[in-house]
Amino acid sequence: MREALSKWLSLAWLAAVATAAAADEVAPVSYVDIASGTLISVLSNSSDNRPIPVKAFSVRVTPVTNGEYLNFVIKNPDWNRDRIAPVFADHTYLHGWNSGSDYGDQSDRQRPVTNVSWFAAQAFCEHEGARLPTWYEWEYLAAADANHADARKDPAWRARILAWYDTPTNTHGPVVGGVANYYGVRDMHGLIWEWVEDFNALFISPDSRNQGDPDKLKFCGAGALSLQDKENFAILMRIALLSSLSGADSTDNLGFRCARSAASEISPISPIK
Amino acid sequence: MNHTNYSILTGRAARIAVFALSVLATSCCAIAAEQTAPVQPLPGNSIYQLPIRLTDQDGHEFRLSGKRGKPVIVSMFYNSCQFVCPMLIDTLQMTEESLTSAQRNGLQVLLVTFDPARDSVAVLKTITNARHLDAQHWTLARTDDAAVRKLAAILGIQFKLLENGDYNHSTALVLLDGEGRILGSTNQIGEVDPQFVKLVQEAAK
Repeated sequence: MREALSKWLSLAWLAAVATAAAADEVAPVSYVDIASGTLISVLSNSSDNRPIPVKAFSVRVTPVTNGEYLNFVIKNPDWNRDRIAPVFADHTYLHGWNSGSDYGDQSDRQRPVTNVSWFAAQAFCEHEGARLPTWYEWEYLAAADANHADARKDPAWRARILAWYDTPTNTHGPVVGGVANYYGVRDMHGLIWEWVEDFNALFISPDSRNQGDPDKLKFCGAGALSLQDKENFAILMRIALLSSLSGADSTDNLGFRCARSAASEISPISPIK
Repeated sequence: MNHTNYSILTGRAARIAVFALSVLATSCCAIAAEQTAPVQPLPGNSIYQLPIRLTDQDGHEFRLSGKRGKPVIVSMFYNSCQFVCPMLIDTLQMTEESLTSAQRNGLQVLLVTFDPARDSVAVLKTITNARHLDAQHWTLARTDDAAVRKLAAILGIQFKLLENGDYNHSTALVLLDGEGRILGSTNQIGEVDPQFVKLVQEAAK
């Protein structure tokens, strides 16, 4: 009976959400399906660096914009910067906005929202029936250029991405909607840094040359991660940033996009024996 | 045919929605009636702001904010861990032993598993019994994967599921005051951290 009731409740909730979204005349959010595959990650726990399976998922084509984030804040006032609990976001949360309900210039509407904490990004995605992408999902998509699923060995591709890191970011950056990559996903590089769901899984050994030397008292299991492909600075810099953050932090260049597991990949939640 | 089915469904959905709303209204008022005494809002820097539900070693569901009241030492573990996690419980017990019985009574311990897939209620119960953990003060709990990630983030604990099913994680004992604010933490495992014990003694007075 309880199960049936909770099903009914969620149906009613879905109906309510659908109505609210329709009334708001927001452009439909576009997700693209990504087939399952494997990834040679720059992170590895094993010396043989075996490919990591990436299950099928779908992902937002573009990062979340100021306009989209404002709609979320209006519907979820607990995430308004004037009301947010400090445990979820530090004092720089949305600090570039004119006020808690005004992102500023109309031209900012299509710019990616930044200065959002991990908790805020996660809450936005949950509101959209999604979650943040995992690091491996993000890295999988970020390996592509316009024509290849894995362009990471291409020196020109690496140089292009690194050039962006040199670009000063004190001026307003571009709006979302850059060139689509191999998967049809846009703005993986060159626009913002992005949160991932498991940002607090990206801890790396203080000295990654010490493979097989886990600091056992600090890390249970196989020890800290070691880094592979040490020439891939563009990706390593992302990891360095994410691993240095706490969930309430926000920075001027850090935004996010959302992802969903493919329906076929969703496992039953928390089996209770 | 499809059209007919559709209108039946919408009619049914509408009735369900009305029923659901009336249930919601009832439960809302029941809660409101229970809370006759005004409850102070949680401080903004309280980790009890995190709206997550857990299940304890006896199968009882509780909200994280249900721990409000006494100070709590919170940590995260998983049962299949061979090395650090048994030491984690040892360390917590040693910390408890350095307290007076009054201080012990003024303190709770909350251990949440990283591994809800394997650490069922029965497993949590087995640990509680095997380690002779006093259920008056100790709660071993599990929650869903998304809540585990959030709880770890708010406690500053890092963890990663490895391919072989183990978890790679940092270890911290985090002391919360009665309102769920972090008073301090330690990464020292295997022996008591005297400074942390001092904090606990002051909090549990």
